[in-house]
This record gives sequence, structure tokens and C-alpha cells, in this order.
Amino acid sequence: MTFWLIQALNGISYGMLLFLLASGLSLIFGVMKILNLTHGSFYLLGGYFGLVVLQETGSFILAVLGASLAIALIGIVIERFFLRRFHLQQLPQVLVTFGFLFIFSDIATVIWGANPQTMPRPELFAGSLQFAGFYYPTYRLFIIGFGLCVAAFLWWLQDGTRVGAMLRASVDNEEIARALGINVSLLFTLVFGLGAFLAALGGVMGGPILGVYPGADFEVLLLGFVVVIIGGLGSLKGALFGGLVVGLLDNFGKVFFPELALFTIFAPMALILAIRPAGLFGRE
Amino acid sequence: MRAADANSSVKSRGIAALFILTVLVLAVLPDLLSTYYLGLVIEILIFALFAMSLDLLIGYTGMASLGHAAYFGVAAYAVGLLAIKLHWSVWSALPAALIIVAAVATLFGLLALRTRGSYFLMITLALSQVAWGIAFGWRSLTGGDDGLPNLPRPELAAHWSLAGDRPFYFFILLLEGAGVLLLTRLATSPFGFALRGIRESETRMQALGYDVWRYKFAAFIVAAVFAGLAGALYAYYNRFVSPDYLGVFRSAEVLLMVILGGAGTLIGPAIGAAVIVLLENLVSAYTERWLIVIGTIYILVALFAPNGIIGFIRDFRARRAKS
Repeated sequence: MTFWLIQALNGISYGMLLFLLASGLSLIFGVMKILNLTHGSFYLLGGYFGLVVLQETGSFILAVLGASLAIALIGIVIERFFLRRFHLQQLPQVLVTFGFLFIFSDIATVIWGANPQTMPRPELFAGSLQFAGFYYPTYRLFIIGFGLCVAAFLWWLQDGTRVGAMLRASVDNEEIARALGINVSLLFTLVFGLGAFLAALGGVMGGPILGVYPGADFEVLLLGFVVVIIGGLGSLKGALFGGLVVGLLDNFGKVFFPELALFTIFAPMALILAIRPAGLFGRE
Repeated sequence: MRAADANSSVKSRGIAALFILTVLVLAVLPDLLSTYYLGLVIEILIFALFAMSLDLLIGYTGMASLGHAAYFGVAAYAVGLLAIKLHWSVWSALPAALIIVAAVATLFGLLALRTRGSYFLMITLALSQVAWGIAFGWRSLTGGDDGLPNLPRPELAAHWSLAGDRPFYFFILLLEGAGVLLLTRLATSPFGFALRGIRESETRMQALGYDVWRYKFAAFIVAAVFAGLAGALYAYYNRFVSPDYLGVFRSAEVLLMVILGGAGTLIGPAIGAAVIVLLENLVSAYTERWLIVIGTIYILVALFAPNGIIGFIRDFRARRAKS
């Protein structure tokens, strides 16, 4: 029983990190129709930046905020100067985002080397919590709570604010939204920045449990894809649900079938594709 | 009308002359080039076929796949395993590999063709990563990231080995030539034109009575088999197979070759393949940071040559004809 509970909690906390990543991927796609292949780089660079800030200042909060804001800025620059001109042109978007994925991956290897880096947990959550006869690291519980808070915030942003209403309007009909005086291009830039911010947030938060290592950019990009394929591109609910499903599948897959761990994720994905090609919560 | 006829016959005569010239040049190359440069020519031939096979999907049918290396790599692993572990000859290993690729493409195609657009991009990438994951994870069969070393060069018959550079070059040239001719014929056949129709408008083709799904499915498998031929030949050439063969980097690279050359032209992707192979060899002599270089090329191509080299030449000609 304890085993199941611990593994489930591990899966859920990992799923929350995937949610942070995939919500940005999904948001960017939902609003701008861009499949952002650089998204994994935002996650990885977020982790490395967080590490640097943590080493310099010793503050985890500063690391989280500083790294995520820096990555958001990088995202905004990429959107403004490289993606803006290719609005709704799929192949050039793929080329540009692939290009940055490779460049960032190589730059990260040059600066931080090929060895995995470990990030210490913040002191407040360094210990373990004891309940019902077993110990569980508080940091993972903190991630779960944090992920839920971010989800709630994004919901409020989308459904409860004026910006959210503008966003939904541009998703439904971009031209009409422009005609109504909504500054859609500014909105696009903000959305891309927010998406990058969320990915970097996942990278820093994940650092203490997963480490920061080369190749993580490709790894999480792939998992992010599976999450949005399962949940549906452009859906917040889908990103949360898909993130939890993939987090749990990945965790239990690695425990029970270590050699075939990818299958425990991809078989359900294939099944969902066969039944609902647009994902569980997606719109065609 | 007559002038146009004369023009087109001049043009087709020109193409025929160019074709014969190309064959002649390729035939005498082994006498002119050192082993290193002959190897480069072989690589260009292989990647040209690989890029042309992807062009059938992207340029002709309008389906952008981000996982085309899966088929390249699956065929490479198939010949590698059959030749090393079961000692099959090239006569049985190569056809068997193509059949295996067709089977994998059938399975992947059934899944991927449920979707279109960005979902298609993601699902093809995800499926190719599954293939990569198997090659990487199933150590007892594939050797994991050590790969499969010591793949012997093919032997056409007892004591008729292709181990030498010269005979192996002609073996590759022959198969490549056959592959390229077949692909070109296919692209200009009614099937090829139906694919172009699908690229322009699926609903219109549907209204005309074409079973669009079946055409896309067929194109998907055909493109995979030609990619498989390229991959199997690359395995024989390198005498080594590793998970890199089906990694996302290869899929992205072949996509770049197609767009850099000019999607939808077949000859363009072949030129794109030549440029990238030569550039990679040139750059790797100076720096290990090939990823930064090629990443920059991706962005530059998107910004300045979205229609590729062929498109660039066409634009240039059109502008000159106007002035």
C-alpha cells in the first residue's frame, strides 16, 4: 500500500512539472497556432539559469523568478524577431523553432558541459513529512501544491480577466478580434513570453528532483507532445489531465517495465489517437 | 502552340543531355577521386534519395513529417541485424529490410494519418522517438548506444565481394539510380498528380471522387520504403548502425535538406542534401559545434530562402525575363 502511494505521489509530482511545460506549449498553440519545438530548450535553459542564480544568491525564490523571467524575455525576442513574420506558415515556423532548439542545446553543452548538474532543494522543503507510517519528501508535495496553484491562476487568467477574454476572442476569430480593436500582436508576444515562462518554471522546479542535464530539452519536448496529444492542443484542462496521466504512466512504467518504459506512455497515446484524434479535450 | 512544342522538346532534349552527362560523370568519378571524396559522393547519393523520399510527402502531398528518419533507421537496423546475427546475404537482407520498413510504416501510418497539420508533426516525431527508444533501450538486441559494429560489406555471390571502394560505389550508384528513377516516374505519374491535387485541396479531390485517405496512406508507405532503401545502403556504407540513425536530429536534418533545396521539385532536395553533406564535412574540420552552425542555417533558410535553392533560381529567372 505504502509503495503504491509513494509511487503515485511521485507520478503526480512529475505530472505537475509536465503540466507546467505542456500548458505553455498548449497555450502558444491554442492562440498562435505555432508548434513550438524550442519549448524543451526553455525548460532546460530555465534549469541551468536557475542553477546559476541559486549559486550566486543562494535564494531559491530568486532562482525561480529570475530564471523564468529571463527565459520569458528570450521567448519574447524569438517571437518578435523570428516568428512574427511567419504567422500561420507551418514549415518556416518548424525550421526556426528547430534551429533554436539545436543552437540552445549546443550552447548549453558548451557552457555547462556534458555532465548532469544537481540542484539543492530549497531549505524550507528539504526535509520529509511523516504521515500514516511513511516518510515522503516535502519538496515533491510542494511541487504538487505549486502546480495546482499555477493551474488555478491560469484558469482565472483565462476565464476571469479581461486579458483572458481577449485571448479567447483571438482564438475564436482573430480577424474579428483585430477589428474590435484588440491588439492581437501584443497579445501574441505576451502569450509566447508566458509560455516560455511556464516552461522555464518547470525546469527550475524540476531541478532539485530530476537534475539538469543535456538532452533533457528533447526528452521533455517529447513528453510535452504526448501530454498535449492526449489532452488536446489548446486546452488547459487537457494539459493538466494529460500531464497527470503521462506523469503516472511514466513513473509506473519505469518501475514495472524499465526496458520498455516508453511503451507505457505511447500505447495509451496511440489508443486515444485512434478514438479521439484531437485529444480528450481538444477541438478539431 | 507550335513554338511551345518546340520549346518543350528543346527542354526535354536538354534534360536528357543533362541526364546522360550526369551518368557519365558519376561513372568516371571513381577514377578521378580519392577514397575520401568518393565516400562523400556516396553519402550525397544516399542522402539525396532520403531527402527525395521525404519530398514525396512534404512537397507533393503536403504532409510535413518530423519523424522520417524512423524508416531510414529501421531499415538500417534490419539489414544490420540480419547480416550480423543471421548472416543473411544482401540479396535477402535488403528486400527483407524494405518489407519490414513497409510494415512499420503501415502501422505508423494508420496512427499518424488519423491527424493532420500540427498533430501530424507531433505524432510523426513521437512515433520516430518510439523507434529510437527501442533501438536505445533494447540493449540485448540492438547494442543500445554502442550500436551494431562490424557490419560486413555485401557480397553479391561467393567470392564476389563489394568490399573494395570501386565496386561498392557502383553497387550504390546502381541502386540509387534505380530508386531515383522510380521516384521521379512516380512523381510524374497520375498517382503523383493526384498527390499534388491533395496538397492543393483535399476537399476538391474528394469531390472529384478520389479516395484521399488511401492516396495519403500509399504515399506515406512509399516514402518510407525509399527512405528505408537509403538507410539500408547507409548502413552498408558505414558498416555500423547506431540509434542516431533514427534520432530526431536526422529527421530534422532531412527536413532541412528538402526545404533548403526546394520542396516539391525532387531535384531540389537532392541539391539540398549535397549542400548539407558537403557543409557538414567542411565545418567539422574546423569546429565541433556543428549543431550551432546547422541551427543557424535552419533559421537563415526560413528567413531568406523559404522556397529553397530551386525557388531562388526560379525567382531570379522570372525577374530577369521581366526586365
